Amino acid sequence: MKISHRALLGATVSLTLAGAALAETTITVATVNNGDMVRMQGLMDDFNAKHPDIKVEWVTLEENVLRQNVTTDIATGGGQYDVITIGTYEVPIWGKQGWLTSLNDLPAEYDVDDLLPAIRGGLTVDGNLYAAPFYGESSMVMYRKDLMEAAGLTMPDAPTWADIEKAAAAMTNRDAEINGVCLRGKAGWGENMAFLTAMSNSFGARWFDENWNPQFDQPEWKATLDFYLNLMNNYGPAGASNNGFNENLTLFQQGKCGMWIDATVAASFVTGKDSTVADKVGFALAPDNGLGKRGNWLWAWSLAIPSSSDAQDAAKTFIDWATNKDYLALVASKEGWANVPPGTRTSLYSNEEYAKVPFAKMTLDSINSADPTNPTVKPVPYVGVQFVAIPEFQGLGTTVGEIFSAALAGQKTADQALAEAQAAVTDEMKAAGYIQ
Amino acid sequence: MARAASPRRKFLTTLAAWAVALVIFFPVLWMILTSFKTEASAVAMPPEFLSADWTFENYETVWSRSDYPRFFWNSVVISVGSTLLGLAIAIPAAWAMAFVPGKRTKDLLMWMLSTKMMPAVAVMIPLYLVFQRTGLFDTKLGLVLALMLMNLPIIIWMLYTYFKEIPGEILEAARMDGASLWNEIVYVLTPMALPGIASTMLLNIILAWNEAFWTIVLTTTKAAPLSAFIASFSAPQGLFYAKLSAASAMAILPILILGWFSQKQLVRGLTFGAVK
Repeated sequence: MKISHRALLGATVSLTLAGAALAETTITVATVNNGDMVRMQGLMDDFNAKHPDIKVEWVTLEENVLRQNVTTDIATGGGQYDVITIGTYEVPIWGKQGWLTSLNDLPAEYDVDDLLPAIRGGLTVDGNLYAAPFYGESSMVMYRKDLMEAAGLTMPDAPTWADIEKAAAAMTNRDAEINGVCLRGKAGWGENMAFLTAMSNSFGARWFDENWNPQFDQPEWKATLDFYLNLMNNYGPAGASNNGFNENLTLFQQGKCGMWIDATVAASFVTGKDSTVADKVGFALAPDNGLGKRGNWLWAWSLAIPSSSDAQDAAKTFIDWATNKDYLALVASKEGWANVPPGTRTSLYSNEEYAKVPFAKMTLDSINSADPTNPTVKPVPYVGVQFVAIPEFQGLGTTVGEIFSAALAGQKTADQALAEAQAAVTDEMKAAGYIQ
Repeated sequence: MARAASPRRKFLTTLAAWAVALVIFFPVLWMILTSFKTEASAVAMPPEFLSADWTFENYETVWSRSDYPRFFWNSVVISVGSTLLGLAIAIPAAWAMAFVPGKRTKDLLMWMLSTKMMPAVAVMIPLYLVFQRTGLFDTKLGLVLALMLMNLPIIIWMLYTYFKEIPGEILEAARMDGASLWNEIVYVLTPMALPGIASTMLLNIILAWNEAFWTIVLTTTKAAPLSAFIASFSAPQGLFYAKLSAASAMAILPILILGWFSQKQLVRGLTFGAVK
């Protein structure tokens, strides 16, 4: 049989076109191991069906390891990751450095205006949205309604720190192993310093003045630390200086805390199947001191594209899928509304079904009451509620966190801790060139 | 004639040995017990030594959420590959240092050992860049090279110590019988030092298997071994100890079995030449 040249050419062109149509772009997504991210990996069939030309590979790492690996890759322009999971601390810094791709050109159906304003503000630099929020959180008071009732008290929706102290005193029962209040004490910029920095905002304190001078020698910080140490020493659990999120979660779930002030995402854990007090939990806004700022933070785990990625379009398609309204509906249809990633979209909170989730309203109110661009009573030169969005903060926060944790452990007084913090931060800020 | 130990002394010595062994093994035992607990039971205070709710759920979850066989295979290739390559370089090097020492041999050995005193993170960025630019990043070959270089000083030191125990006269006799250098190393030296080489090999496989800095820094998806597998089960928010313990147990089980079956060889090699 003879095959003509024309037929051969036609077959070649057809095969080439078919090959191109089937060409697969592989993207690598770096993420942390938390419930919402694991759930997303379980729902990948939906993405694969909609985008058969994009193959997604996952790298799941412990939070600090992920931060180290992604920072190394992005700083060296490695391009190993196409989508990265980053927090509100990194976005302003990396966005300014030009390390992230702007997401301003997401399709109109994405409805960027639906993102919660506080969350969107924290992910935007100079008008560019550099990351799409996957889930957002603030912090709030979780308390035992039964213990409050037994003490003859009612928790206001928007308590003051004085209310918290009064409730802690009333609920503490050492014989029954019930601590009035459980707060973070473990050292770390994302552990005790996330809590204490947010708390200090409500006491009128700030890390730096407008000229980057450290402020730990000011009366507002002394009031913050004195109050925290007294509260924890009188009504907190033993060994609190070792307690972070997970340790306090365990204590609360076991019924050993009257109150716990921590991340809003904890609400689903304390009311979940592992909790022995699931049906006895109430929620309130983080406390204030009447100065116009509450002691709650703002955080969002978000998806961003490193500018070094060579699969920008595919990465953007993935982010669009993972953070749009349809994804929330997909999770709701498969796993129920209580498991939808919270804290990212206004439309979620106007959904009647989601409104039935007991902690939905308080989560939204908490997020809305945090303002990362104007976090403190007095003016500051930085962005961030529970952190200062400068590269030096990870080191500074951990150093100060260790000092304050030692004070909680009784190894130094509040005055000594504040003096040490002031000296350490001053040295570092001088070395970094912020101050002379 | 040596005096026989009294039964009381023997009993006390055995008891002390068991106590020390239990202390050393306890973290592993605790991890294995935790892997069969529920998350709530795993973090219970006071700790529950024997949980009331034993479960296999953690293993099922870990297995279903990760591609364990891929991580396992990567660990096998990386640890065995780096060790064999290291031995191929270290045997001739240790031979030269043991039998044809120069004026600076001791200095050279000390210098090699000193590289182990440098914190790994100090060379992280340079090595990261080298791996990226040479295409070795996230490849098994890259990790074989990295771990081989990391463990080479230990391999050379161990082999040097074993080779020094072998009388040089035997090698000299082989040379007088006309053996080439290659034959001398392969047919005379290696069989005599086999217990030492075997224990060096086993120890380095274990070191490479357990390495958890470079194997996480220099990989993403394709070459990631079991260290990365474990790291993926640590959670910033939420309880994870039971699942992490299950992942850790699955990661150490193969090397634990290898160590168990080869313990005689290991002990023989590690005490090689200790008693003449």
